Amino acid sequence: MTTITQGHAAQDHAHDSHGPARGLSRWLFTTNHKDIGTLYLLFALVMLFVGGGMALVIRAELFQPGLQFVNPEFFNQMTTMHALIMVFGMIMPAFVGFANWMIPMMIGAPDMALPRLNNWSFWILPFAGTILLSTLFMDGGGPAAGWTLYPPLVLQSGNSLAFAIFAVHLLGMSSILGAINIIVTVMNMRAPGMTLLKMPMFVWTWLITAYLLILVMPVLAGGVTMLLTDRFFGTSFFQAAGGGDPVLFQHIFWFFGHPEVYIIILPSFGIISQIIPTFSRKPLFGYSSMVYATAGIAFLSCIVWAHHMFTVGMPLAGQMFFMMSTMLIAIPTAVKVFNWTATMWRGSLSFETPMLFAIAFLFLFSIGGFSGVMMAIAPVDFQYHDTYFIVAHFHYVLVPGALFAAIGGAYFWLPKWTGHMYDETLGKIHFWLSAVGVNLTFFPQHFLGLAGMPRRIPDYATQFADWNAVSSVGAFLFGFSQLMFVYIVVKCIRGGKQATAQVWDNPEGLEWTVPSPAPYHTFDEAPLIK
Amino acid sequence: MPLNTLTLARKAVLAGTALLLTAVLPAHAAWDLNLPRGVTSTSREVFDLHMLALWVCTVIGIVVFAVMIYALLKFRKSKGAVAAKFTHSTTAEVIWTILPTLVLIFLAYESAPALIRIEDTRNSEMTIRITGYQWKWQYEYVGQNVSFFSTLAQTSNEARQLDSGLDPHQVENYLLEVDRPLVVPVGTKIRYLLTSNDVNHAWWVIDLAVKRDAIPGYINEGWFTIDEPGIYRGQCAELCGKDHGFMPVVVEALPKAEFDAWLASQQAPAT
Ligand SMILES: [Cu+2]
Repeated sequence: MTTITQGHAAQDHAHDSHGPARGLSRWLFTTNHKDIGTLYLLFALVMLFVGGGMALVIRAELFQPGLQFVNPEFFNQMTTMHALIMVFGMIMPAFVGFANWMIPMMIGAPDMALPRLNNWSFWILPFAGTILLSTLFMDGGGPAAGWTLYPPLVLQSGNSLAFAIFAVHLLGMSSILGAINIIVTVMNMRAPGMTLLKMPMFVWTWLITAYLLILVMPVLAGGVTMLLTDRFFGTSFFQAAGGGDPVLFQHIFWFFGHPEVYIIILPSFGIISQIIPTFSRKPLFGYSSMVYATAGIAFLSCIVWAHHMFTVGMPLAGQMFFMMSTMLIAIPTAVKVFNWTATMWRGSLSFETPMLFAIAFLFLFSIGGFSGVMMAIAPVDFQYHDTYFIVAHFHYVLVPGALFAAIGGAYFWLPKWTGHMYDETLGKIHFWLSAVGVNLTFFPQHFLGLAGMPRRIPDYATQFADWNAVSSVGAFLFGFSQLMFVYIVVKCIRGGKQATAQVWDNPEGLEWTVPSPAPYHTFDEAPLIK
Repeated sequence: MPLNTLTLARKAVLAGTALLLTAVLPAHAAWDLNLPRGVTSTSREVFDLHMLALWVCTVIGIVVFAVMIYALLKFRKSKGAVAAKFTHSTTAEVIWTILPTLVLIFLAYESAPALIRIEDTRNSEMTIRITGYQWKWQYEYVGQNVSFFSTLAQTSNEARQLDSGLDPHQVENYLLEVDRPLVVPVGTKIRYLLTSNDVNHAWWVIDLAVKRDAIPGYINEGWFTIDEPGIYRGQCAELCGKDHGFMPVVVEALPKAEFDAWLASQQAPAT
């Protein structure tokens, strides 16, 4: 739907005079959206291995019954930190990285609207991440009450809790700044003729995600601040003994936490919506219904939070409301899956690595969706709640869902970023190892949950031993195959077959009209779009 | 060269997996796949709902995945497929918005009555107050002057220590045994009042389909009626600190007469 009417390759050379600065200062002081995008993506990649290492500690301990490697206190720190690092340190920064790199190029803008803010919103992250990780080495260890930080348990933490909460504040601030930047960029910097309904789906999903971020991150900040004062300044927001309400925190947390799930998954939807049409050689099916479905999901995500809390003892009417509103989310989500399938229908499909990850996303995210519908049913959720069934559900949504979308997106745009094609054979091997590993890890966890294994336990009854062993083997396979991804990316940065401007077979979008690698400054003069 | 190393590594991992699986498989077969049906009217109703939702999802999944797989096989560029140009179809989009809506209305319609029944604690015949502690449960038989704590059995507690050297497989009901179980009569509607003395816990017995949070400052209530005598095991289901994995729930359901005798024997020393 976007057609370029005016070439602009010539303009790309106009600014060669002020290319990137040299050395470290290039990265410290950069205001260039591409540099900042790269920083975000590299940070996310490092955190993938930090959080992944913690997951492997967990899976090693759970390989067989009995405690072999860690004590329960440390195990709880691992489950808590694994989640915090993966959510706030890995997957969210990864998608902000994609947004930085791609949104200006997709809407024909020279850069993000607020470049200095952009630099700051990235550079908060390494400090926040370091503070969060440093709590592991403090007296009493890191936070161990789960990433949901439920009081009263979390209020039993040592002094390191103050550092963890400060880190969450910083991470939230970074997200809000990034979100503001994305909204301002999309609203003000689109090339002439790029109306809202001509924007690529990735830009749409990020625009809606950014609004969600601004809506819910301050709520989380408020909640954790109340935890801070409860723990260190004698308030009783959440302490029953002082007249406070422990359940209030759960409402606050999940008012943030459920939209957070969609903050992670909507940009994934956006990436998948770019990849599938490209390798189907056919435009995205039902573009406008995709936009409405995205907006619908975002709205609904704000009114379903208490489905995480069916067991806290809500009134019947409350349970009914949250059961039904949660089910409603399945409708726009199903529309999306059907639209992707219809995009492939009567297309001309090829199966390069990004497409493989997108297809796996389609199948495996759907499995996560199905278990989501089952969990929406409140009376049955009493059985599923806080078991490995839930662990399986959200890992299906987050790993072969969000993470596969991010990895697929990385393969998709790597040639545009580096100017080299990645090694397709290695990419495919990486895909198959990941696909087998991820299913081996998480599918058996459905069975464990249904058979009665609670989540967040370091040791378990012997009838859960077999599937846990399978799951652990899968986790190590999956974890170590990600080293291949690093190897492929490094290899691609250092060299490889020269990529053309289009990279793929006639893809749609402005980013494919600039050379590969994309010049340091693109669209100094806005492209015209019909 | 790197490709060869990686292929080798992959082969090694696969071989390791295969070896491991064959080693584990025959040792002890407990490859449980599904929820148990349980021993209460609620648990059976919940099980039926679970199976209904599972089958609905399975059927939809098979249909949708079949269409996807057909598309993946049929419309390959390598087989000379030429891309069509269509970008939308209002009819198709309306149909696949309405169909899932109908399925969900059906599921909600089937589930709502169960939820209403689960929340209906009227006409209970006895009341038990359950209090969560780090890391044990307290059971009080309201108005009966019987109250005791229930903690992880000593055999499990020894085996579960880091590097205990004891094999959990040799411990009977490893981590699912307590010193004193909750004893209840069968065929009696029992109301429970649930609270906590410190942090949040959750009282869960899968065969009763009861899972409810124990929260300080709150008293949650619920009920169950057990149909068959037996011993039913569960665990704390809400993270409650370092020994969260080590505060099991054991419910022993006795025929009414035996229960009455048990209750009397408990009351005797107290009075
Ligand atoms: Cu507990």
